[in-house]
Amino acid sequence: MPAKHSEDSYCLGIESTADDFGAAVVSFDGRVLSNINDTYMPKEGGIHPREAARHHAEVAEQVLAEALQKAAIKPQDVSLVAFSQGPGLGPCLRTGATAARALASYLDVPLVGVNHCVGHIEIGKLATGARDPVTLYVSGGNTIVSAFEAGRYRVFGETLDIAIGNCLDVFARAAGLQQRHGKPFGAVVEELARKGKQFVSLPYTVKGMDLSFSGLLTAAVQAFQSGKYSLEDLCFSLQEVAFSMLTEVTERALAHTEKPEVLLTGGVAANRRLQSMLETVAEEHDARFCVVPLSLAADNGVMIAWTGILAYKSGVSTTIEKSYVNVKWRLEDVYAPWVEG
Amino acid sequence: MRPGWRDKTVLIKKGAEASLYLEKWHDRKVVMKRRLPKRYRIPELDQTIRSQRTANEPNIIHKAKEAGVPTPIVFMVDVADANIVMEFVEGKQVKEVLDTVSSEERLRLSRLIGRMIGRLHRHGIIHGDLTTSNMILTPHGRVVFVDFGLSERSKELEPKGVDLHLMKRALHSTHHKHAKECFKAVMEGYSEAVGKEKTRKVTAKIREIEKRGRYVSER
Repeated sequence: MPAKHSEDSYCLGIESTADDFGAAVVSFDGRVLSNINDTYMPKEGGIHPREAARHHAEVAEQVLAEALQKAAIKPQDVSLVAFSQGPGLGPCLRTGATAARALASYLDVPLVGVNHCVGHIEIGKLATGARDPVTLYVSGGNTIVSAFEAGRYRVFGETLDIAIGNCLDVFARAAGLQQRHGKPFGAVVEELARKGKQFVSLPYTVKGMDLSFSGLLTAAVQAFQSGKYSLEDLCFSLQEVAFSMLTEVTERALAHTEKPEVLLTGGVAANRRLQSMLETVAEEHDARFCVVPLSLAADNGVMIAWTGILAYKSGVSTTIEKSYVNVKWRLEDVYAPWVEG
Repeated sequence: MRPGWRDKTVLIKKGAEASLYLEKWHDRKVVMKRRLPKRYRIPELDQTIRSQRTANEPNIIHKAKEAGVPTPIVFMVDVADANIVMEFVEGKQVKEVLDTVSSEERLRLSRLIGRMIGRLHRHGIIHGDLTTSNMILTPHGRVVFVDFGLSERSKELEPKGVDLHLMKRALHSTHHKHAKECFKAVMEGYSEAVGKEKTRKVTAKIREIEKRGRYVSER
């Protein structure tokens, strides 16, 4: 297969790990030409995998067409298709993978399956210029402290139960808050937290570099149901405790690895309070603080396209036979030859 | 030099949780462990965490000695200011030596560490931060556990499993080349301290914790 490697080569990236279906076009030299996203909004409760997958299948054609249109390229100009292969919700992943396979075969271009977590780290590095950071990756499904060592992004710490984003979402739902388009639960909680004044003591659980949020969530929900505290104070306290925990483990990884940068990435990276905490810690360790821009914080096709390019340039591609999704694909199982060790 | 308080203070380790200073204290070489206020935390939360950990740590260090695990001698505790003065343990961090020593020594160290962890658990002590940087190899070949800042008391199986799971993870992230053999030896040492039956149970627990963890494929 003729592989073009010039800056005129483009990768189409498809992201469908959870509630977002995203498609993006990125050039091989790292320019973002388009970034289109459509988010599944459940009427109530959390993400139902099958319903989310149905949503993805419905919007896929439109999102993909828009991504190409916005990038002002023709399908024939695409020289690589990348898709998120895992980890995530099976039905959602499969929808994106099916679209990616079909496109790659039709266009007769190589296919690269990308690890979603690596995608969040790589896009953070591309957008901020970070080279070798300790990364805190926080989202609705993941909470990971990672740094690169000997060919792989090693996991230094992670949640032992639920992700921080999930903790905030479930609390918000239990407190009767409403999610709105363009304003996820995390942002609603953040807004209320800013009006909080009184700190309510909640369980703080750090185990080495690992964290646990389930006890914190239960206590926060119970405190809300007791009716003794204002919602503002609870949002404030929940954020303070949860983010202090995250900052403590990140600082621990930073002290341990002595890396020169701290990178904050993933959907929850949009939170200003978390940003300011990490910035403080980075400063104290003479590390540069980098945060992924808002437009690339949540799940998106750009991070998949860019990671696909990095992988492909270093000789990694995925055959159709090996392109089945891996819902439990761990970050540290990915060999990353494109990163300088 | 006149013996006394703070003749010389050197920062030896700026950790996330506390900073360690090498000091001279009544003619003794000591480590001053200071839990400095963290600017990122609000003061209410910060004071609680620092005081609780400062009060808890010397207690557990003492209990660990009773369990037969070498720990530093504690000379002074100041809960309000979150300071602890303790013995300076001569030696090297296991983190620095584990990858460079001979393979026999590596297995001996791992087994010894496992035995110490087993003793802690048998006495209901959960270390809470089992990494190779928290263990000092003395010139006599002993391993001293130095950081009990995140420790707790428990007889339950769950926290013991988490403790060992952390040890395993620390080995894999920092000593990936030898992690497997080292952890195997750790569990052998552990078994020597607590017996086969309890080791079997905790091993099953570790596996359960790993599977419960995020995105671990069935093995």
